[in-house]
Amino acid sequence: MGLKEVLKPLGAWRQIARRPHTILVPTIKREAAERYRGFHVNDLEKCIGCGTCAAVCPNEAIDMVKVEGFEAKKGDSGYRPRIDYGRCCWCALCVDSCPTTSLKMTNEYIWIRDVPEDFVYIPGYDIKGFEDKEKGYRKDKEHGLTNYNRVPMRELDPGERVKSFAEVVIGYTEEEARKEADRCVGCGLCIAGCPDRMHIPDYIRAIASGEYERSVNIMYENNPFAELCGKVCTRRCESYCSIGHEGDPVAIRWLKRFATERFSDLKEVIKVRKQEPKDKSVGIIGAGPGGLTAAYYLSLKGYKVTVYEAMPEVGGMTMAGIPKYRFPFPSLKKQVDFILSHGADLKLNYYVDSEKFRELMKRHDAIYLGVGLMKPWNLGVPGEEHPNVIYAIDFLRKVNFNEPVEIGKEVVVIGGGDVAMDAARVSRRMGARVTIAYRRRKIDMPADHEEIEGAEEEGVEIWEKIIPLRVEDAPEGKVKLVYGKAKMVDQGPGKRPKPVLIEGEEYEMVVDRIIVAIGQQADLSFLPEEIEEKLEVERGRIKVNERQMTSIPGLFAGGDVANRVADAISAIADGLRAVKGIELYLKGEL
Amino acid sequence: MSKEEVRLFIGPQHPGITGNMSIELLLKGDTITWAKTHIGYLHRAFEKLMERRIFIKSFPLVCRICVPEPDTNEENFARGLEELAGIEIPERAKWIRTLVLELSRLQMLIMWYGGIAGSMGLSTPVQWGIGDRDYILDLFEELTGARIYHIYIMPGGVRKDLPDGFEEKVLRAMDMIEKKLPEYDEIIMENAVVQKRLKGLAKIPKGWVEEMGITGPVARACGFPFDVRKDSPYEAYDQLDFDVITEEGCDVWSMLLVRRREIDLSIKLIRQIIDKMPKGEFLTRLPNVLYWKIPSGETYVKSESTRGEFGYYMVTDGSDKPRRVHVKGPSFIHGITLAERLLVGQNIADVAPILVALQTCPPEMER
Repeated sequence: MGLKEVLKPLGAWRQIARRPHTILVPTIKREAAERYRGFHVNDLEKCIGCGTCAAVCPNEAIDMVKVEGFEAKKGDSGYRPRIDYGRCCWCALCVDSCPTTSLKMTNEYIWIRDVPEDFVYIPGYDIKGFEDKEKGYRKDKEHGLTNYNRVPMRELDPGERVKSFAEVVIGYTEEEARKEADRCVGCGLCIAGCPDRMHIPDYIRAIASGEYERSVNIMYENNPFAELCGKVCTRRCESYCSIGHEGDPVAIRWLKRFATERFSDLKEVIKVRKQEPKDKSVGIIGAGPGGLTAAYYLSLKGYKVTVYEAMPEVGGMTMAGIPKYRFPFPSLKKQVDFILSHGADLKLNYYVDSEKFRELMKRHDAIYLGVGLMKPWNLGVPGEEHPNVIYAIDFLRKVNFNEPVEIGKEVVVIGGGDVAMDAARVSRRMGARVTIAYRRRKIDMPADHEEIEGAEEEGVEIWEKIIPLRVEDAPEGKVKLVYGKAKMVDQGPGKRPKPVLIEGEEYEMVVDRIIVAIGQQADLSFLPEEIEEKLEVERGRIKVNERQMTSIPGLFAGGDVANRVADAISAIADGLRAVKGIELYLKGEL
Repeated sequence: MSKEEVRLFIGPQHPGITGNMSIELLLKGDTITWAKTHIGYLHRAFEKLMERRIFIKSFPLVCRICVPEPDTNEENFARGLEELAGIEIPERAKWIRTLVLELSRLQMLIMWYGGIAGSMGLSTPVQWGIGDRDYILDLFEELTGARIYHIYIMPGGVRKDLPDGFEEKVLRAMDMIEKKLPEYDEIIMENAVVQKRLKGLAKIPKGWVEEMGITGPVARACGFPFDVRKDSPYEAYDQLDFDVITEEGCDVWSMLLVRRREIDLSIKLIRQIIDKMPKGEFLTRLPNVLYWKIPSGETYVKSESTRGEFGYYMVTDGSDKPRRVHVKGPSFIHGITLAERLLVGQNIADVAPILVALQTCPPEMER
């Protein structure tokens, strides 16, 4: 150590001539990095208020609050995240777990106010001036915390499918199901989509954690046809799924199917508490899903229940209408047996006419009417009464009941709903060449898109914008369909475009059978006159109140005959609602 | 305490103390005759909090256990969970993690280098240290989205890939820092005051190292080649070429020398990492983090922080929350066991350099 060590440190003076690399805030404004985690912004239109951000926030900085002057859309809770910046730690877990990617962070980090309340606000609603910032932390869909990709369902090969009525969907393995169930964030928006308000997030979580028995028990709290719904439900819940906005919705239907199919004996699994027997009795007309749901819960409540069914088998449309490759008979039997094991009496081949109806009204303290829609709509064109024109529901019923039915080699199905798809796919399995003729476009079809895809995979051809004009006889026992083409005319925003016939053009096709599948209507001709007079009917459906009671006290109705949705889950929901209604009515409280 | 002795508290509010702790001293004249470390000023109950939180919610929490060097905590926590849950992470994630850890070490060391001078009243290098550290914080901001609490090394890998052109920016920052280092040396290492005060100061008897469990640069300054990066390599350290730095002096000057050489080592390692970084995926998809359950098990994961061996002992019980997380910070030993004995016999003016040399960090003592 010497003079050198004393003088060396003086070298620091060199700094005087240099520019500092630190900056003087706020004189110089520095823009933060591209992925900086600064103040939040939220696209209110894209946000659905699922609350995943609030659930994942480690500091409970996010509250979901009702937003004033804002109309909640379908699948939207109407709530929006409010962030307390006194608690926020800027970790961006909320951004990474936002299923719709509406919540983002900007690279804004300076915001000075002297009012503490200003630091608790709803991004996107309380305008702070950051809303248009381009830069900031964003969710990368592939690496965020939401799993957008559904575990694919294994299905039979299309070539294999058309050879038999074997079930098309193979089902998830345990590993697949748990993986798929684990995608659910538990927001519960789907519940609003389900007519029956099933406890979807709860049973999905139970599947994800391997508690299958608990899962099925949760389902049976309000749906005794869980397996049926696991196979053929119209699954409106999935269109409400928060993950579905940016990816594939959770396969709620397939998960339900997985859990219910695991148990062959439901009696060992479902834990029910049966109430004390009561001296009131309820008659249920029609053993479809709605009627049997009512029968199940009423018998658990201790009521004497008798179910009357005109057909030789129970199940209503699920027995007669749904093809076996979608819903095999043993599955139906398993569920129905379990329902009836709780004491409901069943009378098959019991057609209720007006005389019998009067008798039933006297015999029972309340009646539930779940007769469905058994009368097909006609095409309304000349020549329709041709013997080669058949109706889809008759056709499907005959096939399902193993009755002889001849369709020939060439079939055209008219319609675009699920019944049309069923008729087409059944015809394919019977070896026919099938064309579906629909008056709108494929994208307008009310049928489930998976059904449309399934039909096409199996070789069904879909013709769009076809309007049948008349049916004529053709040689060799065939039938000729004369049709025109339609153009789509816009009906303004929010409305389906309308098909309008292009005049002056006529085409024809010669086929063996024309299968008409353009819908069904209620047939209430069996009701006695005095009932029919008093019963309020609105646009073809029996009018019911919120407890499913018709305008006649003690007469309840549900299912396709009373609701416009006309699917199994709505019928089940009606049946469940009617149980509460019947109970109140029998106690004299309704 | 005799009548000749004075009882004095240094800290918690004292510029010479390293964080929110205090040391109670008995002084005879200027000489310390007894010392006791007091903690409890920032008890934030991290370990207990983690037991009440689902795993993902602890991810933004753990970085707060050490403010200047948060990444060690993130890495240990993530690696522990991965081990317990049986998650394999992509190769690139390991390299990015190593890069982050080394960048973090480097910025900590630069700040420390200025800090040791500051502890002797040389205020210029303190400003430089804080200023030059910003080159690295800028890199962190670009990579992770935050300057201090990165919340970046998450279970499964890392949260985001390197942004475009990041490698070049890192190399440029390294060049810049390397250019500046001789100037630091000039006013610190080659300064008569520093040399006079630190050489031979607070010599640690070699036997203490193993007796107390001293690790990190303090142990290496006593000639023990303890370095977790070498002894039980984690992430990509087994694929890096480096030697453990040791000095023989056992005094504060040796600790300074070790850390000065480690600055060079970190820069060298960062260049190696950039050079060898593989391409590919950087994150393994986790199960749904809101319901993530980890099978029961226990593990101890450790890494080399700037201060020494940093470890997480974690126990899971199959639920969605950890049963127990114990954070082992090197400062617990250095700041309590060692400091209390080492300070006895020292001059009161040397308390600050000794504590800075031990690099005590109070949050590690009270988690």
